[in-house]
Amino acid sequence: MADRVASFEQLVLPHLAAGYNLARWLLRNDHDAEDVMQEAVTRAFRFFDGFSGTNARGWLLTVVRNSAYTFLQQNRARELGTEFDEEVHTEDARPSESPEVLLLRSAQQRSLNEAVAALPVEFREVFVLREMEGLSYKEIADLARIPIGTVMSRLSRARRQLQAAVAWREQSGSAP
Amino acid sequence: MICNETMRLLDAYVDNELDLRGALEVEEHIARCPACGAEEKSLRELQVSARANLTRYPMPTGFEARMRAALHAEEAQAPTEPPPVQAVRKPRRAWRWAALAPAAAAAAVLVVAMPRLLQQPSETSVADAVVAAHVRSLLANHLTDVASSDQHTVKPWFQGKLDYSVSVTDFAAEGFPLVGGRLDYVEDTPAAALVYKRAQHVVNLFVWPSKRAGDEPVQRVTRRGYNAYCWARNGMHYWAVSDLNEADLAKFVELVRGNR
Repeated sequence: MADRVASFEQLVLPHLAAGYNLARWLLRNDHDAEDVMQEAVTRAFRFFDGFSGTNARGWLLTVVRNSAYTFLQQNRARELGTEFDEEVHTEDARPSESPEVLLLRSAQQRSLNEAVAALPVEFREVFVLREMEGLSYKEIADLARIPIGTVMSRLSRARRQLQAAVAWREQSGSAP
Repeated sequence: MICNETMRLLDAYVDNELDLRGALEVEEHIARCPACGAEEKSLRELQVSARANLTRYPMPTGFEARMRAALHAEEAQAPTEPPPVQAVRKPRRAWRWAALAPAAAAAAVLVVAMPRLLQQPSETSVADAVVAAHVRSLLANHLTDVASSDQHTVKPWFQGKLDYSVSVTDFAAEGFPLVGGRLDYVEDTPAAALVYKRAQHVVNLFVWPSKRAGDEPVQRVTRRGYNAYCWARNGMHYWAVSDLNEADLAKFVELVRGNR
């Protein structure tokens, strides 16, 4: 029985950081991301016997993604629309770093992070999986259970919104 | 290629998701068209900026250690019964988990279903590859390499491109006109793709040599809203894929099988 834990630790836990990052981007704060990750890891472990061992990272990311959506449906159903969120709390969108570090970070970096955080969750998810995890359209389609054409159109719309938002923030001189 | 079409494919181009021919067409167009060229440059800049600047949020301190401890605790408690969830919960948040229980059960069903699909890697990955090839042929507007309703044009076109021969039949009289053929790849194996239409729907019939001996009966597979039928006969694999309804596609499969 200890074998089961050992093999879970060996196969799945190396991807914990990727899972946490995805949860953090979908939920936009550390507290909820941590709760959802705990739930996701518990679920993954419970159903580990049914896992074939071919793609542990994709498997964990899928469980994390499903847990995050369940959480949003239960607690923040409002966010599941596809409106660009103009009122995103920029404090939430920033990582908890010291003021000195924040000062050093470029305006570009902050404005892009804030613009991604303000995307509707369905677009944010596709963008983060593509640019941060480097997943292919097909892998994203499988993970989010959407057709490849939808992956392409969501990614495209996410990028158009980001281009517009970043340009606007740069023009207006500072983040709101 | 025109601007509209290029703009539609530009994201897939920048992400290296187009097939060779689609990529070449986009490349050719953006070399000539300043507006599309500028858009491509802007997309690539966004991509570079995102990869360099998006914050990779670190796990909270001690999170991984807590997870490991929770796993050991859960395993020790009740290996056969569904383990009590308290094992990994923090007491201060317990109320929230109680509210989540029904949703967790629903999500659990999804999680259980998924590994089932993964358990047969070969069939599953072929199905994925075939459906992906079908989708690619529609997305990139690269349906046919040889556009012809004449089976005596399509069949010889494949000779010299494939080291096996493919029989080609037009089923126009039965409502499935042949519109052409295309060289495609399924899991790195060159495959003949015969393209048929039924009203506005496209049917791709993929044919390539089977590595397994013996015929295999018709099997139905669905992937992402596409119906597919596969079978093996006389040393060849056949996959018919379409967004057609099941009954019409089954009729097509019967026509193909009746003919070979």
